[in-house]
Amino acid sequence: MNYIDNILFVILLALGFGYFAINVKKLVRNIKLGHDVDRKDNPSERWKNMAMIALGQSKMVRRPVAGVLHIIVYVGFVIINIELLEIIVDGIFGTHRLFSFMGGFYSFLIGFFEILAFGVIVAIVAFYTRRNIIKLKRFIHSDLKGWPKSDANYILYFEISLMVLFLTMNAADHYLQGVGAHHYIKAGAFPISSFISPIFSGMSEGTVIFIERAAWWLHIIGILAFMNYLYFSKHLHILLAFPNTYFANLKPKGKFENLESVTNEVKMMMDPNADPFAAAPPMAEGEVPAKFGASDVQDLNWVQLLNAYTCTECGRCTDSCPANITGKKLSPRKIMMSTRDRLEEVGKNIDKNKGTFVDDGKSLLNDYITPEELWACTTCNGCVEACPVNIDPLSIIMDMRRYLVMEQSAAPVELNGMMTNIENNGAPWQYSQMDRLNWKDEA
Amino acid sequence: MTQENFTVPTMADMMATGQSPEVLFWVGCSGSFDDRAKKITKAFVKILNSAKVPFAVLGTEESCTGDPAKRAGNEFLFQMQAMTNIEVLNAYDVKKIVTACPHCFNTIKNEYPELGGNYEVVHHTQFLKSLLDDGRLSIEGGQFKGKKITFHDPCYLGRANNIYEAPRDLMEKLDAELVEMKRSKLNGLCCGAGGAQMFKEPENGNKDVNVERTEDALETQPDIIAAGCPFCNTMLTDGVKAKNREHDIKVMDVAELIANAKDL
Repeated sequence: MNYIDNILFVILLALGFGYFAINVKKLVRNIKLGHDVDRKDNPSERWKNMAMIALGQSKMVRRPVAGVLHIIVYVGFVIINIELLEIIVDGIFGTHRLFSFMGGFYSFLIGFFEILAFGVIVAIVAFYTRRNIIKLKRFIHSDLKGWPKSDANYILYFEISLMVLFLTMNAADHYLQGVGAHHYIKAGAFPISSFISPIFSGMSEGTVIFIERAAWWLHIIGILAFMNYLYFSKHLHILLAFPNTYFANLKPKGKFENLESVTNEVKMMMDPNADPFAAAPPMAEGEVPAKFGASDVQDLNWVQLLNAYTCTECGRCTDSCPANITGKKLSPRKIMMSTRDRLEEVGKNIDKNKGTFVDDGKSLLNDYITPEELWACTTCNGCVEACPVNIDPLSIIMDMRRYLVMEQSAAPVELNGMMTNIENNGAPWQYSQMDRLNWKDEA
Repeated sequence: MTQENFTVPTMADMMATGQSPEVLFWVGCSGSFDDRAKKITKAFVKILNSAKVPFAVLGTEESCTGDPAKRAGNEFLFQMQAMTNIEVLNAYDVKKIVTACPHCFNTIKNEYPELGGNYEVVHHTQFLKSLLDDGRLSIEGGQFKGKKITFHDPCYLGRANNIYEAPRDLMEKLDAELVEMKRSKLNGLCCGAGGAQMFKEPENGNKDVNVERTEDALETQPDIIAAGCPFCNTMLTDGVKAKNREHDIKVMDVAELIANAKDL
């Protein structure tokens, strides 16, 4: 017996999963560059969010057209991947349609997969049309110039190829079953591919077997390639949407975190018994004084970095951003894309320098995200609400504003005026605190 | 209402006479100093007076909550303001706070507890709704009958704290026709003032946010644009002016609508 196919298959599988594992390790390492934030509270609420938002797509359908199309592709991919199990087992053991012993249920499954695959093809054609022919505003936005635009289309080509291969494979199989070819046992139902099989009539059995085998191999190679493409594309959301929705902020969106390091200092300042001449407590060796806010990815927390990898650049955030709608430079989607780009750059730096980051003279602030973008934000939470997987661009904007103001005193002039007023007279305008109740006596 | 029965007790007055109010009215900087917002403050006080709600204000002991400082990135100044205010509030043993400003509301409700300030905080539309539910306040439509009103959701009331219904429930009692803008509730568009934008010029762009939002409102062809935030009120009033519609469209706070309906 010839075992070459089986051996080739196992090697392919090992390569595919092995390389993927290496990249997942890198991904996890990069996310952990962020500082800690506690997101383990209230697990039941977190599971519920994950079930509703990631699994249940509840926020996707707020835009019904994209939502329904997305659900077709999502359900299609998840369910058709059950078939992948059989493909892998068949590949390893050289069997053919091993699960066909399930009989009627097997036929139902294969038939169902085919209908889904057809649905996926239709949805992808619609997606492609929206992106490249109708040119929806958020898909031709300047954020997506260059690689992001190609990336999005590559993903669509990948997906449509996989579905076409799947159906071609089934069509050839269906034909071969019909002519009673050896090894092609009668199994499955082919509601879609039976429309394709007639094109094989007139071909020799050998040719059709070759087509069936080629489609089978290309399909599994395609799936492995696609899986490995994820890390290099915007498409990681198919995996990360789940942890991302689980670890997302549960508190009211208006509640911004109070910086603890600041609380301690303010308490000391306000303590009448504090010794004004006391020296600062000695710092441990090598300890770096805490930085206020964020100027680079390492200053962000790991959930913000997970957010950056999860973003699939759909642009619903930017589409609902009042600043972006009115032509300002700020785009919440670009905030996430820049964060990821910089994080990748830092990760590569660490790889190159044997596990430690060597200062490259760059930072997220200025090199990737400009103060002009940061100051355009109205903190309205529109972007956070719009994100179908609960990404929080606003928290990154706020952390970077904090760095600008507290580390660099680089607030816009008018804001400095506003802050001076609050400091001096307890209001953002120049009115005396003693006049606060004057309205009572004004007619 | 004459000046005599327009009463605004302070916490200091209350304490001096050994009383404690049902609720502290946190007026806020806008409500204290901004000419337009002062009218909202007074309208709300008139309603409180007419419903005989024992309330008090801090008066000269009130200070900015720190919201604009925090959102501008100045956590130091925010926490200084917060802790100073919390000391005052705790010294008066304040339990419940009502405010007509969603920014003050959000800050005291969500950001003060960790710094030692734990109070029940409600927005004035929620408070008025509870007065209505408890039968302490009645609202008649009267002059608003048949008028078209559209409500602009303030970000710090809506998305930030998921309060969408209280202001709408109140306005329903006015017998007016409530119309929703195409972007409302969860999808409501910001007026452009939040995140300390109120205090600075906008970045370069092709339009002002308040004009964009006012256009949303104008699409509904309203007689009145209702707001629940002094900053939104300013932004939308400016937007209506920019569109030269100030002669036929008014921007009013929900409290003003109710006070007017009751001829207070």
